[in-house]
Formats: sequence, C-alpha cells, structure tokens
Amino acid sequence: MKLLIKNSRVIDPANNRDEILDILVEDGKITKLAKDIDLSVQETIEAAGKIALPALVDMHVHLREPGREDKETIESGTLAALKGGVASVLAMPNTDPAMDSVENIRMLKERIKNSSYAHVYICGSITKGRCGEESTGIAKLKNEGAIAISDDGASVDNEELLLKALLEAKEYKLPVICHCEDKKLSNRGVMNLGIISTRLGLRGISRESEYKRVERDVLLAERISSPIHITHLSCKESVEIIARAKKKTIMVTCDTAPHYFSLTEEALLDYDTNMKMTPPLRTKDDVTAIRQALKDGTIDAIASDHAPQTVNEKEIEFERAEFGVIGLETLLSVSITELVETGILSFSELIKRAALNPARILKINKGTLSIGADADIAIIDPHKQWTVRKEEIVSRSKNSSFLGRQLKGVVEYTIVNGICRRFSHSL
Amino acid sequence: MLWTKKDLLGLEYLSKEEIELILETAESFKEVTTREIKKVPALRGKTVVNLFYEPSTRTRISFEVAAKRLSADVINIAVETSSVRKGETLIDTGKNIQALKADILVVRHNCSGAPALLARSLAINVVNAGDGWHEHPTQALLDIFTLREKLGRIEGLRVVIVGDIAHSRVCRSNIWGLSKLGAKVTVCAPTMLIPPGIEEMGAANCCAVSCDIDEALKDADAVNVLRMQFERDELTAFPQQLEYFKNYGITEERLKRAKKNIIVMHPGPINRGIEIASEVADGANSVILEQVTNGIAVRMAVLFLVAQAQDKNAQ
Repeated sequence: MKLLIKNSRVIDPANNRDEILDILVEDGKITKLAKDIDLSVQETIEAAGKIALPALVDMHVHLREPGREDKETIESGTLAALKGGVASVLAMPNTDPAMDSVENIRMLKERIKNSSYAHVYICGSITKGRCGEESTGIAKLKNEGAIAISDDGASVDNEELLLKALLEAKEYKLPVICHCEDKKLSNRGVMNLGIISTRLGLRGISRESEYKRVERDVLLAERISSPIHITHLSCKESVEIIARAKKKTIMVTCDTAPHYFSLTEEALLDYDTNMKMTPPLRTKDDVTAIRQALKDGTIDAIASDHAPQTVNEKEIEFERAEFGVIGLETLLSVSITELVETGILSFSELIKRAALNPARILKINKGTLSIGADADIAIIDPHKQWTVRKEEIVSRSKNSSFLGRQLKGVVEYTIVNGICRRFSHSL
Repeated sequence: MLWTKKDLLGLEYLSKEEIELILETAESFKEVTTREIKKVPALRGKTVVNLFYEPSTRTRISFEVAAKRLSADVINIAVETSSVRKGETLIDTGKNIQALKADILVVRHNCSGAPALLARSLAINVVNAGDGWHEHPTQALLDIFTLREKLGRIEGLRVVIVGDIAHSRVCRSNIWGLSKLGAKVTVCAPTMLIPPGIEEMGAANCCAVSCDIDEALKDADAVNVLRMQFERDELTAFPQQLEYFKNYGITEERLKRAKKNIIVMHPGPINRGIEIASEVADGANSVILEQVTNGIAVRMAVLFLVAQAQDKNAQ
C-alpha cells in the first residue's frame, strides 16, 4: 500500500525541516521525502497550501474505558483524537477499575486492540486504586505494557510512597507524571480563589494548593536525581518553580493544557460548567505566564487533559457539576489560534510541544516525519477557520470549553500507520 | 424607563436606572399596603411558584404575601435537599413547573448560580430569592428602599456591613446595589471572614474593608448587621461567640460613638446577644421591622416588573 502526499509544507522539528515536499508512505512507514516524487500509487493527496506535520502526541487523555463508557470509549475517544490531528494518546489510569494491576492492564490492552483508531499507550497507576496508600509494583506494570505511571486526578500525599515510586520508576526508566494538588489546601473549592470566586459566591481553590505540591514533587525528584513530569500547570508560581528547577538541572518536564493559555476565570462569570476543571482557570497574569513559559521552553508540552463528562454531570448546579473538559478535537486548533496566530510560537515550535516533546518524555518513537518513522501524519489547512459546534463533536461527551468559538486551522486528514482518514468541518 | 428583563438574578446585573425603577414601583405598592383593602389586580390570573431548596420563613412568606396582594395564585414548594440525594435535576424540576403553566418562579437555593441555570433553561420569569453565597437581590433592594425612605437619598451615604462577609449573599447584593446608586460601603469583619478581592466589587472605588468596627462606624450613616451562623462548617474554626460580640457586636456603647441618627438594619432572623444587642435591635435607631414591611412592597414591585416584561415580550 502506497500513499503520496503532494506539495505540502512539511514541518518536522525533529529534523529541523520546514519546506515544500512530497511525502511517500509505504506499508505504514515514511519512505521518502523529496520534491516532485513521480510515482504511481494507490492514493494521492494533493496538499498544496496545506501543512503536513507529525500527528500530535497527547500525553494526558481520559478515555474512560473501562468503567465509564457512557462518557467515552476507546473507540469514540480515539476517533475524536484523529479528528483533532492526534494519532497517539496516553490513557490515564483513573478508570474503573484503575490501571493498577497486570490483569487490568491486560484487559485494557485487549480492548485497545479491538476498538482503537489511534495508538493508545497505557499509563499505570502509582498506588492501588489510586488511593495513595499502597504501591502497585511498577516493574510488573511496565512489563505488561504501561509506558508511564501516575495517580492522575490525585497527588500522592505520602512523600515516602512517592519517593519509593520515583526510585523504582527511575530504575525501570518509566516516566512519572504528577498531578499537583494538595486537596487539603484546595478545600472543596470549585474554581480559582480570588475576586471572581468572591463575586460568584463560590468556594475557591487556592494557587498554593497547586504550586506547593509542584515544589514538593520537584524537591523529591532533586533529592534522588530522578526525572519527573508535572502535568497541567495552571499558575504563574508553578511556572517559576519549574523554571528555577530547570536552571539547577533537575530533570523536570511539564505540560499545560490549551484552556490554561487561552481562558481566564472570567469565563466562569455565568456559571458555565464547561469552564469547570482542576486545576481551575486562573487569572490573566497566569495566562500570560503560561504563554511565556511555552515560548521560552519552560513548559515542554501541550496536552489536552481530555476529560469527558456526561450532560447529566454537567447541566446541573455549578458546585455539583463534575470537573473536566474535553479537548482532543480542539487541541491543535486552539493552539494555532492562541499561540501561532498571536506570534508566540512558530508552527515548528508548536509541533515540538504538541508532538515531539511529549513523545520524547514518554520515550516513544513518535512525533517525527523521519525516513523510516511510522506514518502518523496530520495534514492541516492553516488558513481555514471552523466553529466548534456541539453537534459535530465526535467525542461521546460534549463538555468543551470552546463551544461556539471560531478557531483557526482545520485538520483535513489524519494518517495513522499509513492509513488515511479524512475529516470535514463545517466552517 | 421600561423594565425589559425576564429575570431578577442579582443586582450585579442591573443598571442604576433599573434599580431606581424597582424602588419607585415599590413606593407606589407600599401605598397599596396601607389601604383598607390591601390588594390590586395586577397579577390576577398569574401563578407564582415559590421553589425553596433551603429552609426560609421570612423570605418565603414575604414573597407569598407580595404575590397575593397582586392577586396572583401562589404555590409553595419546599424541597428537601442533601448533596447525596439523587433526585430530579434542577432543570427538570423547573421545566415541570413551567409545564404546569406557572408564570413566575421564585427560587431559593443553597448553590450559587442555581437561579441563573434555571433562567437560562426556562422561558418563564425567574426571581432569585437567595442563592448560596452569591446574591439575595430582593433583600438588598428592601434594605436600600428602607434607607432611602429614612434618609431621603442613597447617593453619598456611608453604609457599614458587618458580619460574616465571606458567606453572605445579602452583603454581595448590597455592595452592588448601594455602590451603583452612589453610596460608599465598608465591609467589616475579622480577616478570616473577608473574601479575597471584595474591595474590587461593585462600582469602582465604592467598597472598603475594615477589621475595626469602631473605626468603621465613625462617620457611617447606616450599619447593616449580618446574622452570624456559628453552626456552619466554615465557622467551626472561629473564635468564641462571646469574643465576636465583644469585638464586632453592635451595642449601645458602640452606637454612642457613632452618628446620632445612624440607621441600624438587619436582614433577620436576629441573634440577640451574638451580633446585635437587644437594646439596639429594639432601640430608636433600629428599622428592622420596617425592613420586613418594606420587603413586601419591594417584592410586589419585582414580581410586577418581571411579569410585565414577559407580557411585553409575548406581544
């Protein structure tokens, strides 16, 4: 099976490439990049004026399967990923049951094999049932196929336990992903603590609840010289802590999500539950700090924190609504709109943060268009705009923070292992 | 000035003119309540539903009396709530009430923003009778109405609000309403009961924060004393009640050092000896019972105006 992509602007930061080329894909691999490849193939995509980029690697996705298939399934979630130009996702372990045992991971692998449209990687949990009390045994989770570990949704309160996990993970070269939140400090809050929570009469989540935990986790990593990854940074202080740690050459990496560089707490003024997530949307200053950190490389990666929730869990009183928003389908377009169009990042820098860096952090061979690489390619029209509409969301849940928003950059094709899927957006 | 809003969700969302229109309308309804037959046919044939998710006696009765004086039919629904109870959703309850052809839904809810959710989901009028820590617009309107009646104006007044500012919807509505009409507000409480950024609420530079009640009362024209609910979770860590009364309680001693004619208000129910001394509650400066009477006129005005807007929209 051969596929030829003609005349696209090929952007591949791994190889410092940004030029108009043809891409030849044979049997699921990229085999040739050159001008004017003249070959008879089964499928040709004329892509003049479009950008071909390594399909994105989203290192923070909740596919909800097993356990909450009413919110999302591996099938619906990976189809949503493809629509967003994402070909690889890391499935977070807060499923039911949690990914805390060999048996559960084996069951998930089976389900992925049967119903996935994209590459789904498995994140195991650090503690049993993600309860923060008893280690799962990192070696055996890795042997079964987990490529990272995390208690995402919760932070491991017990320092000794986290330290032990970091040591074991270091030995087995497994990335540890930390959700930084001290639940005692976030104090049942539902939004950022500040002037807006005061106005709305809602319980606030302090900034300290995040950055004090970032600080602790970074110090633990420093103490035993092990790598650590901090996920979904939302506030300025967290960025500052990471920047200082990187200067001291502590092996810390981190990501943020599109809502943290594009929305502020003011989006909650009419009690929109699609603006409710943890960590919460913060202030203008925080958005500025996150954007700057993306530019200067303090923040390594962009991940969606795709968190599907049903209508029944969202169209209720704000305080009672579930936390979380979906993001796979808007990850790339929001990033283009908010970061590339505004001149904060070049396309190449964006691709580095949304494809190459996450692949490197997760130690998976993705995020590039090198010869011989898996043909995971997104073809986008960077000039076209589209509007986020509930009816057109592929994910089983519709809880997007960007409903009604006009975004720049349309994913037209996503190719996974050389198999091409075409998407249409109403503009 | 014409009223066009379908709902009354909070004073934050009203203009100065809209607040004044409610006050003026309330004045004419107050006159009705002094007549021998205290009833007008303004809402005849309309149904007002009081949907209360929180126990409330005075606000519910006040709305009920107001609706009846306007000749509306009134249905009271008290819903028992607990966060674990899985029942009908708020929107479903609202839609059922709408399907019963009710015209105005008056809602009291322990969750901030619940009336806004209903207003978005329903075509009928929604009036906020207090939501969480967010707003209690009719209470603030009756406070302002009473002040205006007593002092002849709002502009330029200095009003102190003392008590559990952090968890008070009455306080938030008062800040919006008073500051839009040109008064200066000082909120006064122990630091732990002052929520972040409260001084930025309301119209620009109209709200100040103080932790010293004697200082705050010095040049105040009125003091609004909030109920202290020591039984709530948030106040369990709070120092003793007696300590509070000593430091913040409104006593005769304190009032002696304030302006002679300072107006003392309280949204009720009052805790004698906890936030206010009995002598003050019953004293010459207190307008607490007048507030209750004025509440009816203000709520008549609100029900009348929103219903009228609905009729106009229908035409």
